[in-house]
Amino acid sequence: MALIHSYRLSEWCSNGPILEEDLALTNFALDMLGRAQALLKYAGEVEGIGHTEDDLAYRRGERRFLNPLIAELPNGDFAQSMARMLYIGAFENLLYTELLKSKDETLAAIAGKAIKEIRYHLSHAADWVIRLGDGTAESHDKMQRAINDMWTYTGDMFDMSSEETKLANDGIAVNTISLLPSWNAQIGKVLAEATLTMPTDGYMQSGSLSGVHTEHLGHILSEMQYLQRAYPDASW
Amino acid sequence: MSIIQKYNKEAIMDMLSEIVDPEIPVISIREIGMLRDVVISESGYEVILTPTYTGCPAMGIISEDIKTLLEKKGISPVTVKLVYAPAWTTDWMSDTAKEKMQRYGIAPPVHSSCNTIFTEFTEISCPHCGAKDTAMISKFGATACKALFKCNVCKEPFEYFKCH
Repeated sequence: MALIHSYRLSEWCSNGPILEEDLALTNFALDMLGRAQALLKYAGEVEGIGHTEDDLAYRRGERRFLNPLIAELPNGDFAQSMARMLYIGAFENLLYTELLKSKDETLAAIAGKAIKEIRYHLSHAADWVIRLGDGTAESHDKMQRAINDMWTYTGDMFDMSSEETKLANDGIAVNTISLLPSWNAQIGKVLAEATLTMPTDGYMQSGSLSGVHTEHLGHILSEMQYLQRAYPDASW
Repeated sequence: MSIIQKYNKEAIMDMLSEIVDPEIPVISIREIGMLRDVVISESGYEVILTPTYTGCPAMGIISEDIKTLLEKKGISPVTVKLVYAPAWTTDWMSDTAKEKMQRYGIAPPVHSSCNTIFTEFTEISCPHCGAKDTAMISKFGATACKALFKCNVCKEPFEYFKCH
């Protein structure tokens, strides 16, 4: 999720509503890219067949990407990007707090590093959602629409595969389903302060666990992976 | 033993004190707390670094600087290893480093420890004139570790190195 969300945020570079926001979003993109690098490097080591973090980012097919769908959705307007960042930030804040206790030392160490950055991402997104929601009639409407539009994609973050369940039972990964009540409470609190209405549970889009994505991931990868696909092993 | 130990760990740590953070070229990687250890074994010299931020783009440059410097002094083979635990914190920054940073024009982190990011930005003094009357322009600056401020007295903009 860190890699794909990072990619989307970096698309805001030079398109932010104000210069300071441009800096903030690209700062976050960099944090997430760093986190993705650490996680994929470790994934390559665990896999044990010589894949580097770059192989896993640039040479992996679409169906083998298991990021939650919400990360790959197009940026939309600023409100939509902030709604997404709030949903993901609140989820990651809970996830990485739990991951600090992982029996796997490397994962716990990466979590220790990442959690400090995630708190910034979450607070920044919450600030904007409150400011826009509790702003003018127009900003309120746009923010509410964004909150509603992204909602269907939030359930996918909490889905678990049988492998993840096993790892969670072994104390290595996190039982994400158990994070849902706290996530709901946190989102509810921000939306209440933003004078926005929390969407009611309904149909949730899913598929990322089996690598079934929205049409948008393919477009991201065709751009992100272009260089390594066209010129394998190119480096500078 | 294949490695001839010309230098001990402390001597190598001292040499590495020359390497600076490319974003704040007055502060060494040792003063800022990124240089954690040097492990000398039969297979070579391993320099242990911890990144300030996970995505810090300076890490690649710093790793190369370390290898170049040590190899120039005949110390090889050198590997640089990144570790994430314990996570780097601004608490490891020495007082000397904070003073140098201040003189360089970057306001150093004010709190000794910071678990909340919400109360942090209230009492930053201007590194140029020392005035306390300053205002935050943006929590995020040109690098992940800094925020943008302006001084209401001397009117100069400045950067603040965030608690982390």
